[in-house]
Amino acid sequence: MKILVCISNVPDTTSKINFIEGDKEFDRKGIQFIINPNDEFGLTRAIWFQQKQGANVTVVSVGNASCEPTLRKCLAIGADRAFRVDLEPSDGFQVAQQLQAHCQNENYNLIIAGRESIDYNGSMVPGMLSALLGLNFVTNCVALEITENKAQASREIDGGIETISCGLPLVIGAQKGLVEEKDLIIPNMRGIMQARQKPLKVIPPTTSETRSEVIHYEKPAPRGEVKLVEANNLDQLIDLLQNEAKVI
Amino acid sequence: MAVLIYAESEKNLLKKSAFELASYGRAIADKKECDLIAVVFNLKDPSTLSEYGVNEVISFEDPTLSAFKAHEYGVHLTSTAQEMDVDLVVLSSSADAKYLAPILSVSLMAGYASNVVALPESYAPLTVNRTCYSNKAFNTTILNNEINIIGLSNNTFGAHKKSTPLNVKSGEISPSSGSFKIEKVEKVTGKVTIADADIVISGGRGLKGPENWHLIEDLADVLGAATACSKPVSDMGWRPHSEHVGQTGKPVATNLYIAVGVSGAIQHLAGINASKVKVVINNDPEAPFFKAADYGIVGDAFEVVPALIEKLKDLQNS
Ligand SMILES: Cc1cc2nc3c(=O)[nH]c(=O)nc-3n(C[C@H](O)[C@H](O)[C@H](O)COP(=O)(O)OP(=O)(O)OC[C@H]3O[C@@H](n4cnc5c(N)ncnc54)[C@H](O)[C@@H]3O)c2cc1C
Ligand SMILES: Nc1ncnc2c1ncn2[C@@H]1O[C@H](COP(=O)(O)O)[C@@H](O)[C@H]1O
Repeated sequence: MKILVCISNVPDTTSKINFIEGDKEFDRKGIQFIINPNDEFGLTRAIWFQQKQGANVTVVSVGNASCEPTLRKCLAIGADRAFRVDLEPSDGFQVAQQLQAHCQNENYNLIIAGRESIDYNGSMVPGMLSALLGLNFVTNCVALEITENKAQASREIDGGIETISCGLPLVIGAQKGLVEEKDLIIPNMRGIMQARQKPLKVIPPTTSETRSEVIHYEKPAPRGEVKLVEANNLDQLIDLLQNEAKVI
Repeated sequence: MAVLIYAESEKNLLKKSAFELASYGRAIADKKECDLIAVVFNLKDPSTLSEYGVNEVISFEDPTLSAFKAHEYGVHLTSTAQEMDVDLVVLSSSADAKYLAPILSVSLMAGYASNVVALPESYAPLTVNRTCYSNKAFNTTILNNEINIIGLSNNTFGAHKKSTPLNVKSGEISPSSGSFKIEKVEKVTGKVTIADADIVISGGRGLKGPENWHLIEDLADVLGAATACSKPVSDMGWRPHSEHVGQTGKPVATNLYIAVGVSGAIQHLAGINASKVKVVINNDPEAPFFKAADYGIVGDAFEVVPALIEKLKDLQNS
């Protein structure tokens, strides 16, 4: 089984966000970049398939050289090889098209992306990629088993879980639940050393289009001070919620 | 030119988000002076949509479409949009809609912006405001395509009544093929879901253990609210994953979010910030949540919550 895991290189979850160039660009200064958490859950499941079912795991990122440390980390976690498509993408559609071009040469049985990235929060790439490739697709994926050429997947829906069976190849949007927090792999020294020897290949982008353009960023307006209510004066809280905030 | 919405329903009832989408779609259709079309699946009576400004319903009825299937719903939405000269599709932010939208954007060759929080700033070119960086920022995005899709964040526009004469047509079912099969759908019944709730009550590690969750559940019961939790609470198995909210969990955009024994870590706040009114109950006045909340009580959850439940019950009985 050949698995591809799509990796988005995103600001660490604790990052304070700032913009530069007249609020037209994200300020990368002082920001630590990490594997998008949903992608890390997906990668961990892929490594499980590698160890238990002999799968071969490739990771790919569309981005400039600054995402290479993140790809190296994926190799240290256990991926067999990495690709970087040398393009700084401007929207999800462009990423999906670049990934489509890569997938067309490779015949992956399973393509794992994250449910959403925590920077653009688009929830776009896996769905677009599946449609461009004409493949089955399950997002919000919280369980995945593969036997022979069939997949059984669970999708988290609003208020429940749905179980799906389908053939391969399959694209999934991964999230927490697919593996548990405690299953996440922290690379050890051996993994880190081995990662240096593993192939990380830079491939040129194909022609692609964008369908949207971000022209401006803005931070939310600073909020007012919290109104404190005494613990023994709950009538006041209820009054505020009823008459000031009008929410109950 | 026309605006199309996918009006979601469950068990033959329109969801709340359908009325919000209709209201949003109507506001745009008025600006563009065009029709507002709603597509519905297996919904016997779509007539209430006319109270929110929909003037045309395309109704698909077929047993094979009884469970949501992104690909097949997408096929029917695509053919409707193409036949009716639609140039803007508006979808909600439900799990199903977010599943469907990217697929639809490929089949319609459309641009797509998710997490949109307001009416478009302008229409030529179509310019929208969306959240990004996990609610830590907003951006302004231009969608410069012949057809575009807007994914509207829930609870940002609200439902507004506006009566319109309604015309209902049935849509033509195209047969499905392929290996994709939904084996089973398990839903908790009789519980408000985080996605649909107006009020969410969330518990953190401050509650000490799963045996104390009756506090959260009872408070949720009196308020008709959904229950949620912080990440460590679900990691430790005190509560199911489906209740984990925050940057890496479910997003919350309700009218009222009450956090009990939650410290307010940046990753937690990122996922719930879109809620309109936030209340924190925490015994540590230095907890970061107090900087993000509208109302706060410094106190012990084990005393404050039972007292609050009693007061709310009294209020309901009076
Ligand atoms: C990659 C990554 C992603 C993450 N994503 C998320 C996410 O999506 N969602 C999320 O929630 N977290 C997330 N976190 C975790 C986050 O950093 C915090 O650790 C977490 O939110 C803390 O949970 P908590 O507030 O329940 O617990 P704690 O931080 O332990 O806080 C407990 C609070 O309860 C209060 N308390 C204690 N006793 C009482 C009492 N008797 N009465 C009232 N109050 C009391 C304490 O004062 C304290 O403020 C993420 C972390 C990482 C690294
Ligand atoms: N630049 C990228 N390179 C590779 N994969 C990506 C990239 N951007 C997004 N993805 C994948 O698509 C998923 C969803 O991203 P998004 O559509 O931005 O929310 C991510 O979790 C990744 O798996």
